[in-house]
Amino acid sequence: MNWTRRVASPVLWVAVLFFVLMLGMPQTAPLFEHAFPQVAPPVFDRDSFFALWLSHAGMVLVASGAASLVGIGLAIFVTRPAGDDFRGLVGTLATIGQTFPPAAVLALAVPALGFGPRPTIVALFIYGLLPVIENAIAGLDGVPAAVRDAARGMGLSAWQILRDVDLPLAAPLILAGVRVSVTIAIGTATIGSTVGALTLGTPIFDGLAADKVPFVLQGAVLVALFAILTDMLFGRLENWLRPPGLARAA
Amino acid sequence: MIELDHIVKEYQGRRVVDDFSLTVPEGAFCVLLGTSGCGKSTTLRMINRLVPFDAGAIRIDGADVREVAPEILRRRIGYAIQSTGLFPHWTIEDNIGTVPRLLDWPRNRIRDRITELLQLFRLAPETYRQKYPHQLSGGEQQRVGVARALAADPDLLLMDEPFAAVDPVTRDALQAEMARIHQATGKTIVFVTHDIAEALRLATVIAVMDRGRLAQWGTPLEILESPANDFVAGFVGGEASGVQLLALRTVAERLRAGEGAEGEPLSADATLRDALAAMMARHTDRLPVVDGHGQPLGAITLADLIR
Repeated sequence: MNWTRRVASPVLWVAVLFFVLMLGMPQTAPLFEHAFPQVAPPVFDRDSFFALWLSHAGMVLVASGAASLVGIGLAIFVTRPAGDDFRGLVGTLATIGQTFPPAAVLALAVPALGFGPRPTIVALFIYGLLPVIENAIAGLDGVPAAVRDAARGMGLSAWQILRDVDLPLAAPLILAGVRVSVTIAIGTATIGSTVGALTLGTPIFDGLAADKVPFVLQGAVLVALFAILTDMLFGRLENWLRPPGLARAA
Repeated sequence: MIELDHIVKEYQGRRVVDDFSLTVPEGAFCVLLGTSGCGKSTTLRMINRLVPFDAGAIRIDGADVREVAPEILRRRIGYAIQSTGLFPHWTIEDNIGTVPRLLDWPRNRIRDRITELLQLFRLAPETYRQKYPHQLSGGEQQRVGVARALAADPDLLLMDEPFAAVDPVTRDALQAEMARIHQATGKTIVFVTHDIAEALRLATVIAVMDRGRLAQWGTPLEILESPANDFVAGFVGGEASGVQLLALRTVAERLRAGEGAEGEPLSADATLRDALAAMMARHTDRLPVVDGHGQPLGAITLADLIR
């Protein structure tokens, strides 16, 4: 075991920093009190940051998980002969989903779904579909035609070609799409606080409303660290999942 | 035996294969020869139903290919293509074992078969088993591609320009191996190429295709000596076809029995091209000929070559 490499890993240190800040935020009160003497209390205390993070991460997990499953499923469907006709339609819908501002989705979803996490999850789901679909289609299209031809010519069934050839070879790009989608969702989830969902954006919006700069800083730093940490973990996962026969990207 | 019976294939109203009939005898090395777009690849791919045909029938050993599910049919037919189509994320071992695994062979039998095939293609099994395709040279990848096609010991092998993308030296070696393997296994091979020299070297029978139709069918010698029409004549090289012929005839056929000559002798089963090359290299117009055991048979002269 190469412990020096583990200790030197930036992933480890970002993770440590994130969890120490999240759990120890109340202990930074004197610091904020000194910097912003007119703000009381100096640290956001309506909820624990840990509870905010759990709720935030839970919504991202549900929304991005669903966006990934649906997105990959749609990409598989439109890259099969049977789904070829729907390719343009799916691409257009995903693009509309991406261009439609999440705040507008929230506004439209609240009357139907009420306040709280549900409209946020819907908005994140719609917003997160495009990167997954686009990358998964690119990955599946990128499987060399000769490889698929040989697979068919040797008698692999359509399902075997998908499972043994298409998905493993497209996996790096598919995962890259999920990575982008999740990272965007972590940042975007903060606006859920405007419709009553608990997120790390809650201190940000409370701070903006009550003119409390420390709250904004506390929320923003934790969201940023959470997004960076997740992105780094996906980087690890990509290396780990890369098919061994494919050249490793530098 | 493979019978193609009045096959028609249309793409957007254009007939790419037009009433094409052909019978490939058991154990033949049949080359489909023609220019790009003449329908030879399409014809090949109709045999294992990668391409559906619009009319006619294809039978293998009397059984219509449409009688079984395409996957089942394809697992019984070897298939090798120009760009190899090796699975880049699988080891050489897993690549070669593809069809035996699909056929649920026991593990030991698959492993033994892979060893046997790697040896047949002169790839040291212990060195190559665990490698990935990108670690191999183009020629080695092509060998693995053909080995994979042979893995489940199919009676019929379809090859679509398998050696078109490798360098001439490697291609020459691969052709020699292919000829050796055909002789050793006696498999029926249908082989697509646009390379006349490759066709003459490998084929026992050649089908020349022109715009989706069969232009001529015969042995390499028949195609060269009596081309059926101007297209075939042009394709096999016009007047230059005589030079190709030299490679197909042996010294034994033009031998002056009992006569003698000076110098290093030729073997009777050498080709006339070998004889011409030897005469040019040694600046002579007459060479002695011996049989396989070195016993003198006679002589051959420059004039005999062009008789």
